[in-house]
Amino acid sequence: MTEKAAPAPAAAAAPAAGGSRAGMKKELPERFRDYKHVWVLIEMERGQVHPVSWELLGEGRKLADKLGVELAGALLAGPGEAARKAVDEAFSYGADLVYLMEDPLLADYRNQPYAAAMTDLVNTYKPEILLMGATNLGRDLAGTVATTLATGLTADCTELAIDHEGSLAATRPTFGGTLLCTIHTLNFRPQMATIRPRVMAMPEAQEGRSGRVIRHALVMEESSVITKILDFIADANMDKAQLAYADIVVAGGMGLGRPENFKLVTELAAVLGAEYGCSRPVVQKGWLPAERQIGQTGKTIRPRLYIAAGISGAIQHRVGVEGSDIILAINTDPNATIFEFAHMGIVGDALQILPALTEAFRRILAVNRLAG
Amino acid sequence: MNIVVCIKQVPDSAQIRVHPVTNTIMRQGVPTIINPYDLFSLEAALQLRDQTGGKVIVLTMGPPMAEDALRKAMGIGADKAVLLTDRFFAGSDTLATSFSLSMAITKIAEKEGPIDLVFCGKQTIDGDTAQVGPGIACRLGLNQLTYITSIEALDPKAREITVQRRAEGGVQVLKTKLPCMITMLEGSNIVRRGSMPNVLRAAREPILTLNAAAAGIEDVTRCGLRGSPTVVKKVFAPKPRADKAKLIDTTNRSTTDIANDAVDALFAAAPKLHTDLVGRAAQA
Ligand SMILES: Cc1cc2nc3c(=O)[nH]c(=O)nc-3n(C[C@H](O)[C@H](O)[C@H](O)COP(=O)(O)OP(=O)(O)OC[C@H]3O[C@@H](n4cnc5c(N)ncnc54)[C@H](O)[C@@H]3O)c2cc1C
Ligand SMILES: Nc1ncnc2c1ncn2[C@@H]1O[C@H](COP(=O)(O)O)[C@@H](O)[C@H]1O
Repeated sequence: MTEKAAPAPAAAAAPAAGGSRAGMKKELPERFRDYKHVWVLIEMERGQVHPVSWELLGEGRKLADKLGVELAGALLAGPGEAARKAVDEAFSYGADLVYLMEDPLLADYRNQPYAAAMTDLVNTYKPEILLMGATNLGRDLAGTVATTLATGLTADCTELAIDHEGSLAATRPTFGGTLLCTIHTLNFRPQMATIRPRVMAMPEAQEGRSGRVIRHALVMEESSVITKILDFIADANMDKAQLAYADIVVAGGMGLGRPENFKLVTELAAVLGAEYGCSRPVVQKGWLPAERQIGQTGKTIRPRLYIAAGISGAIQHRVGVEGSDIILAINTDPNATIFEFAHMGIVGDALQILPALTEAFRRILAVNRLAG
Repeated sequence: MNIVVCIKQVPDSAQIRVHPVTNTIMRQGVPTIINPYDLFSLEAALQLRDQTGGKVIVLTMGPPMAEDALRKAMGIGADKAVLLTDRFFAGSDTLATSFSLSMAITKIAEKEGPIDLVFCGKQTIDGDTAQVGPGIACRLGLNQLTYITSIEALDPKAREITVQRRAEGGVQVLKTKLPCMITMLEGSNIVRRGSMPNVLRAAREPILTLNAAAAGIEDVTRCGLRGSPTVVKKVFAPKPRADKAKLIDTTNRSTTDIANDAVDALFAAAPKLHTDLVGRAAQA
């Protein structure tokens, strides 16, 4: 792309040059020929597995099947029951085997022991593909691991596939989400990618599925870890995780006009037992806190029902909501872009439609309660 | 204290338009800005300098016009600026970018004395990978502190820094040794405005310009396109969905009727959602 004359673009996101370059051809060096199998980082923090790990196992399963190789989970964890449970869950979500590094230094995330553990694991067992969640932990770790291994890393992918040469084709939004680009790491291994939570669907757990566990030891002492954890302050409200994983989400945009009008959104959400969110300008105006933002630079959601009121449907918003089963849009403008990807639409004033919807849902749910 | 802040000049992507036919970016006339996330890191660096003394050096890699971003940053309060520019850097991915920037930081240390802190933005709005900061830290062997919500204490004598870091479900309080690399979370501080004296100084202040050779890079195959393991094979516009939204008929209908129709249509399309909601309501 010639127009990317831009500041030596950082990032795999930088659609750089056209075809005339040696690295464009796949010529995998000899030392990478035995790199095989697909790995997913099972992200566990304070005994809790981040669900993005299971989403990635679901996606990794497809890649592994396409390549005819095994799918492995890489679990770095503090010793204990939680790790054993996570191993079993990894099998149920599709892993054939789990590389397990259990060590007190891995109980809480710190870059140094995690990066040492992960690079050692990769160098020892040589995966061809390594996927991680684009979470704070995954992004912090992936950058170090890819730099140490001097391999390619494509961040925040929205689609993964295997091409005809058996390479990972990683697609991600670029230029603020206006375009998509497909990126390959042809001649280095492993091919690394991060994927944001909720971008991939959660696979069905298959109870009773099992696999192999390969234990690997961390060679490191606490005394050589330079960063010390003084404390952990748990969040008082756990809002943040809930929005991304909510079954139903109701959101409002600038079309609501005033901060007070968001009460119409929260009232509808309350009747539906839903979470509420908003578009980015609403956060920029200070009407709602940042953790309520939905979209490319906010949360990606995948609810069964998404109701968007007074939201125009800009591409940056769209990429965060496209995984929803049903999108219902309310907008005064019949030509609003949101109607191009919503499943259902009401052309009308959200300030009137929202309360009417709240009433309609309340009535139908109450009637059924009496009947049932 | 010597503090380097890596900033990137990015197009103000709120104003980017895609050519409807060729699908290419129309950059002409799109204004550039300092990557917004970098400003929170710049502000944190300036606050530390104001507390403990020393200097803040802003560094960018980009085309000659990226000088604008450096001057803006000096207007906000940075003391010095370094522009890393060379055609060899064109087409860098994160690995190549962090290599070139880390070489430049090493060169800055030769001139200005050891670097105690490197700040990067959480992520850029054009590259958007959040990988360059960790890449630089890894190459320079700096302790890495990402997603920092506040800097609690800095002890230049003991060479220790204490921060709060956003993690899943809570905040970690971490203490580490200098030198380290920090990325600040948005909203962690309020970025100061440029002052008149700083803006005037920024206009005059010489900017140290380094090309690859001056940055100590001997092997230019480690930079730019050639130094990038990732290859962009395809750029394309998102596929429009085949069918548009089914619109609820609103002609001559009351708001209540419209809402009832919408709920009926919804539940007809998602019967399972209906039963689940009713079930939930019955339990409540
Ligand atoms: C790098 C970058 C990242 C971004 N990330 C995000 C992101 O993560 N999430 C995000 O949402 N945006 C993001 N944006 C911003 C995005 O481009 C849009 O500007 C934003 O989504 C628009 O918000 P909006 O639809 O609420 O407001 P507007 O675009 O102002 O639209 C308001 C809509 O409300 C309608 N309306 C007006 N009055 C009423 C009424 N009474 N009833 C019903 N409808 C009414 C209007 O017809 C209009 O369609 C990003 C932008 C950039 C450049
Ligand atoms: N070309 C560049 N020049 C200076 N700093 C950069 C450059 N690219 C990235 N950075 C720094 O690295 C951070 C993360 O960038 P990215 O990995 O592109 O999201 C940015 O916020 C900047 O602080």
